[in-house]
Amino acid sequence: MQRGSAAVEQVFREEYGRLIASLVRRFGDIDLAEEAAGEALVIALEKWPESGVPPNPGGWLTTTAGNRAIDRLRREKQRDLKQQAALMYYDDTPHEPTGPVEDDRLRLLFTCCHPALAPEARIALTLRLLGGLTVAEIAQAFLVPETTMAQRITRAKKKIAAAKVPYRIPEAADLPERLGGVLAVLFLVFNEGYLATGDGDPVRAELTGEAIRLTRILRGLIPEEPEVTGLLGLLVLTEARREARVRNGQLVPLGEQDRAGWDRVLIAEGHDLVRECLAINRPGRYQILAAINAVHTDAPTASDTDWSQVVALYDQLTRLDPSPIVALNRAVAVAELDGPEVALTLVDRLPLTGYHAWHVARADMLRRLGRTTEAKESYDAAIAATQNSAERAYLSRKRGELV
Amino acid sequence: MTHYLLAVHGPAETDEFGNYGSKEEMEEAFAATGAFNDRLRADGYWVFAGGLQSASTATVVDGRGETPVMTDGPYLETKEVIGGFWVIDAPDLDAALKLAAEGSKACRGKVEVRPFDGLA
Repeated sequence: MQRGSAAVEQVFREEYGRLIASLVRRFGDIDLAEEAAGEALVIALEKWPESGVPPNPGGWLTTTAGNRAIDRLRREKQRDLKQQAALMYYDDTPHEPTGPVEDDRLRLLFTCCHPALAPEARIALTLRLLGGLTVAEIAQAFLVPETTMAQRITRAKKKIAAAKVPYRIPEAADLPERLGGVLAVLFLVFNEGYLATGDGDPVRAELTGEAIRLTRILRGLIPEEPEVTGLLGLLVLTEARREARVRNGQLVPLGEQDRAGWDRVLIAEGHDLVRECLAINRPGRYQILAAINAVHTDAPTASDTDWSQVVALYDQLTRLDPSPIVALNRAVAVAELDGPEVALTLVDRLPLTGYHAWHVARADMLRRLGRTTEAKESYDAAIAATQNSAERAYLSRKRGELV
Repeated sequence: MTHYLLAVHGPAETDEFGNYGSKEEMEEAFAATGAFNDRLRADGYWVFAGGLQSASTATVVDGRGETPVMTDGPYLETKEVIGGFWVIDAPDLDAALKLAAEGSKACRGKVEVRPFDGLA
């Protein structure tokens, strides 16, 4: 029985985004979609452990939830009859993993990532409605109390309904701009999983996995947009190193990772995606970041890394995005190519004193230059500024090794 | 269709040319705003619009007690105030945001877009 209900919950989670998206399209109401989906889960938990999981569980859930939603609308006397009639049209869109149903999820993704919503609400809504994560799980991932997260999500849903945020894929002319917001949310979800803030797990595989899953869906729907392909490449090449990245609760930097622990299947996929981007030849931020990660994952050992290629790619990225963060990452590569002294000059120019990675980079360069006292100060500043437990543990060790 | 308020926010303190800087710029803004109004009417978005006198001309009335209490000045003393507004009827927020961007460019002010909870 326990095994039965666990299986139901797994199916439900896998189907959740598709289910909610099709209900929102049909009824135009996110709250109603969530309530109906919840009722369908309760029924499935009663029936499936005895009768077995139906052959098309997604279709079963969609039909059941749709019926519950119609029941609900009938019961709600306060609703305008005309509105009910408009909402309750018969929907015969078949539940299939491709076609219009997938488009529903894409529509919902664009609604969740709408620029009129607060950035933190976009991430939360995306995880809730498309990822099927509970409010408690999202609250935990972003280290806010559950009530705060619930309010954030409720407020965003209310705004979507009241201000009539549309539920559709933007027109071709607006797509590049709007797609940028969607990709940014997916990248942020991944990063929060990869370098989690707080004292809990330093890595949250459920967030990295969810970001990759949603990016895969997006790529399946807009295969011709190379930035989507680039983001997927970047995410899988980064995810491939996840297992090797933390050892005994300490972050292991790229150069010290056991490369035998990297996921070869993901690396092969990532390299294919990067090659695909190169063939299209319309470079963008995520494609370049993916290419940088392809260079790293191409090297059998850290010392085989083609640093001149990495620096060249950062030069290209700087032309698209001349931000100090990009300049900092470029300087870290320059340290490998031209030595820490050249790189430190670049780093010291950047206005990033509040950013932990700036202190980490400086500390490492000062250490390599033998400027121990300054290096210790920089490690202290880096430790104080980082919010990731494994990174703090790693930096404390490096600082401790300085004599 | 949904009704939206497009409220133009600008500095409370203005000189003889409003907050436009010069006579020429002020006239350009007026002309651009006029053209934008014509477009709203022509495309069927128009409900109502108007520019407001300065916030210092406002009076606050509290009529909840037995006798109404009048207070000189705006309800909130702020550096930025509503200088004017449009009420439009648009199919969804994306359409309203696009129009707000055009209106903002025309009148040279920031525009707050807010949906109505129904019209009386």
